[in-house]
Amino acid sequence: MALATTSLIRRGSELSNVGVQRQLLQQDAAVLSLPQFDEQLMHSGIGELRPLSPSILQINLGKMCNQACKHCHVDAGPDRTEIMSREIMQQCLDALDASTISTVDLTGGAPEMNPEFRWFVEQLSARGVMVMVRCNLTIIVANPKYHDLPQFYAEHGVHVVSSLPFYDATYTDRQRGGGVFHDSIRALKMLNDVGYGIENSGLLIDLVYNPVGALLPGPQASLEKEFKRNLSDKHNVVFNSLHCITNMPISRFLEFLVNSGNYERYMRTLVDAFNPAAAHGVMCRTTISVGYDGRLYDCDFNQMLEMPVASRVKHIAEFDEAQITSRMIATDRHCFGCTAGSGSSCGGQLA
Amino acid sequence: MKTYYDPADLPKFGTISQLQPELAEKFFDWYGAVFAEGALTQREKSLIALAVAHAVQCPYCIDAYTTDSMQKGATEQMMMEAVHVSAAIRGGASLVHGVQMMNKVNEVSM
Repeated sequence: MALATTSLIRRGSELSNVGVQRQLLQQDAAVLSLPQFDEQLMHSGIGELRPLSPSILQINLGKMCNQACKHCHVDAGPDRTEIMSREIMQQCLDALDASTISTVDLTGGAPEMNPEFRWFVEQLSARGVMVMVRCNLTIIVANPKYHDLPQFYAEHGVHVVSSLPFYDATYTDRQRGGGVFHDSIRALKMLNDVGYGIENSGLLIDLVYNPVGALLPGPQASLEKEFKRNLSDKHNVVFNSLHCITNMPISRFLEFLVNSGNYERYMRTLVDAFNPAAAHGVMCRTTISVGYDGRLYDCDFNQMLEMPVASRVKHIAEFDEAQITSRMIATDRHCFGCTAGSGSSCGGQLA
Repeated sequence: MKTYYDPADLPKFGTISQLQPELAEKFFDWYGAVFAEGALTQREKSLIALAVAHAVQCPYCIDAYTTDSMQKGATEQMMMEAVHVSAAIRGGASLVHGVQMMNKVNEVSM
C-alpha cells in the first residue's frame, strides 16, 4: 500500500500550525466577503447554537494511522505518535459511569493502532455501552495481529463505520493511497464473513462517502443504491448504510483547497448552500468530543482546530454533564461544512 | 464588457428574473422539476445535461454540469462517454443528411 501523502507536520508545512489554519478561515482575502457562521445563524433566525443533552461521546484514540489520506482533517499518518493513554481511557469510563451517554464513537487516526484499544472496547462493552468504531478497513489486513478484528468487533457487537470514497479503485486510491481499494474490499469480505452487513445478523457495517475533490456530496439515497449495486455485482460485498460526509476545510483538505486554487470557490459553495434545517440537526448539539489527551471539544473538527469547549469543564477527568450541557458551542467558518446542502455529520446527511 | 463569457456570471443566473419575474419563476420552477429524481435518476439527468451542454457549447452549462455530474457520483469515464454521445449525434446529424445529398444527386443525374 502506497501512502497518498505525508503529514503536514512531517513536511514542515506552515498549515501544521493551527493558528495559520484559523487565520485562513477568519481573515484570508478569499473569505472576507463571506459571513461568519454565527452571523449566518442569527440572520437565518436560528440564533445561538446551544447543546441538547449529550447522547454520544466521540473519543479520538490518537493521530497514528497506517494510511495518510489527502483530505485528512486530523493530519493523521504513520509518523504521528500522539495516542490516548489507558489513564485517560479510564477517565472516559469514569465519566460514562456518571453520565446518561449511551453511545461511544471511537475514532482516530486508526483507533485500532492504540495498544489499549481492545482493553478499552472490552471495558465499554462490559458496561453495555453501544460502541462505534471508525475503522479505515485497510488496518484489518495491514498486519496479521489485526486479522481477527472482525471477530473481535462481532463479539462486542461493535457498529463498524468505514470510509470508502468510491466503489472503484481509481477514485478511492487517489484520495486514500495506492492499493487502498483492493485492501478495503478484502477487509469488507472478512467483515461480511463474520456477519457484518448480513441481514438479521444484528452486526452493522456502514460506509462513508466523501467527495474526491472540491465538491459537495451528492444525494445520499441514490449514491447508496449505486454503491450497493456496484459493490455487490463487482466485488460480492454487502454493507448496511452509506453516510455522505462533506470534506471540512481543515488541515490536509484545507491544504488541497489552497494549493489547487479552490479555496474561495469551495467556501462560497458551502456558504451559499447553508441549510437552516441542517443547522438545527448538527451533531455538536448531541456529541462531546474527547481528544487523545482528554481535552473536551464540541466536535472532532473543533478538536483539530484546537478550539476548546466554552465551559469551565475542559477535561474528561472533570466531566460534569449538567455543566457541559449549559455551554455555548464554539464555531468558525469551517462549520458551514456541516450545514451545506443536505448537511453533514459523522452519521451522514442531516436534512 | 471585455469578454462575452465570465464565470462570475453563472451564479447570477437567477437575476434574469429582474426584467421579467413571472416568466422567470415559471422557468426556474419547471427547471427544478425537470432535474428531480423521476423515471430517470438525478445522475442520468445530469449526464444528459452535460451531453447537451456540449452540443449547444454553453460554457456555463459545461461548468455547472461537470460539477453536478461529479457530485451525483458520475465517473470521469461516464462523463467523457456522454460527451462522445453528444459528438456522435452532432456528427451523425451531418452525415445522415448525406442521404439527402445522394437523393438530389440521383434526381438530377442521368
